[in-house]
Amino acid sequence: MSGGLSDDGSDINQDDSQEDVMTPAELIAKLEEAWLNEKFSPELLENKSEVVECVMEQLTHMEANLQRVKKGDAKASVHHMEIDRIRFVLSSYLRSRLQKIEKFFPHVLEKEKSRGEGDPSLLSPEEFTFAKEYYANTETYLKAVALKRMPPNLQTVDMLQAVPEPCLDSFVFLRVKERQENILVEPDTDDQREYVVDLEEGSQHLMRYRTIAPLVSSGAVQLI
Amino acid sequence: MFCEKAIELIRELHRMSDGQLPAFNEDGLRQVLQEMQTLYEQNQRDVNEVKSADRADLMPSIKLRHCCLLRNQRCLTAYLYDRMLRIRALRWEYGSVLPGSVQFHMCAEELQWFSQYKKSLASFMRSLRDGGLDITQDMKPPKSLYIEVRCLKDHGELEIDDPSLCPQHFLPRWKCEQLIRQGVLEHVVS
Repeated sequence: MSGGLSDDGSDINQDDSQEDVMTPAELIAKLEEAWLNEKFSPELLENKSEVVECVMEQLTHMEANLQRVKKGDAKASVHHMEIDRIRFVLSSYLRSRLQKIEKFFPHVLEKEKSRGEGDPSLLSPEEFTFAKEYYANTETYLKAVALKRMPPNLQTVDMLQAVPEPCLDSFVFLRVKERQENILVEPDTDDQREYVVDLEEGSQHLMRYRTIAPLVSSGAVQLI
Repeated sequence: MFCEKAIELIRELHRMSDGQLPAFNEDGLRQVLQEMQTLYEQNQRDVNEVKSADRADLMPSIKLRHCCLLRNQRCLTAYLYDRMLRIRALRWEYGSVLPGSVQFHMCAEELQWFSQYKKSLASFMRSLRDGGLDITQDMKPPKSLYIEVRCLKDHGELEIDDPSLCPQHFLPRWKCEQLIRQGVLEHVVS
C-alpha cells in the first residue's frame, strides 16, 4: 500500500499491509471458523466485520475474474461454484447473526450500550441500526395493536424481562486449538462437585457453553 | 373464570404448531381488553373504598384482579409477539411480497410491522457492500450450478437466455431458489 503515516501518527497503512499478508485461503478459513462458531453458539458473538469486508472484496474480485474467463471454459463452472460456496457461507454467517439479534434484541442492545470504551463491539454499525429499528418497530406494533387500549398502569412492557435471554448453559461440541489448563467445570447436579480439566490440543469435547465461552472469543477453541 | 379468553387465544396459536398464521382474532382481542377494563374499574372503586371507608377486607380481591390483569397483559403480549414472529418468518419464506391469502389473515398493525421489517432488512442488506448482498438467497449449501425444475403454475416469463415456457427446465440454481420457496417451481430430484 502506498502513502505515508497519517497526521496523528497512527500507522493505518501498517494495518492494511498486515491484512494483505493473509492469503485468500486463510481468509476463507477465518470466515468458516467465524461461521461455525456463530452457528453453534447460543449467544451472539463479537462481530467480525473485518473478515466480512475482506470476503466481500474477495467475492467482487472473483466475480470480476469470472467475467474475463472465456464462456464454456471448464474452469468457469468451477470458479462459479467456488463463488457460490463462499457466498453461501457468508450469507449463512450473517443470517445466523441476524436471527440471534432478533431473538435476543433487548439484551443485545443492552449489552452493546453498556460495554466499556475499549471493549470490542458486539454489533457492526449496520447490525446496530438494524437492531434499534427492530426494537422500535416491535414496540410501536405492540403499543398500536393492544397496549394503548389497556388500563393506564399496564401500557408498557419491559422488553428485558419479557424477552428470554440466551441459554448459556446449553451444551456445545468443541475442538481445542490451543492447549488449556485447569478449566473449572461446574457440577450438573447437586451431588457432583466441581472439578478441573485440561484441554489437550486437537481433542474434542462436549461441554456447557458457559464454561468455555471466553475460550471461543479468544480463539482457543472452535465450536463444531 | 377470568383470563379464559386470553388463554383461548394462546391455544389457537398453539394448535398451529407448523408456523402457519391463522386469521387475526380481532374479536378475541377485544374481549380480553374489555375484561381488563372491567377489572381495572372494579379495582379503582375498591381502592377508593379501602381508602375512604377503611375496607381493608377488600385487599384480597384487589390483589386477585391485579393478578388477572397482569396475566391478561402477558397472554395478549405473547399472542401478538408469537404472531409477529410467524410474520417475520414469512419474509424469509415468501420474499417481500406476501400472497393475498396471507395478508388477509393480518391486521393493519401487523401489515405495518411487516412493511417496516422488510425495509429494515433491505437497508441492512444494501449496506453490506456496493450493490448489496441478498442474504435471503443461498439458504442451502450449493450442490450444483444448475438444477432441474418443474413449473407448477404460470408465473409469466422468467428472464433467462431462452424465454420459452415448457413444463420442465434446467435452470441456474440461484434464479430458482425464491420461486421454489413460493411454490411456483418444483425441484425435480431424479
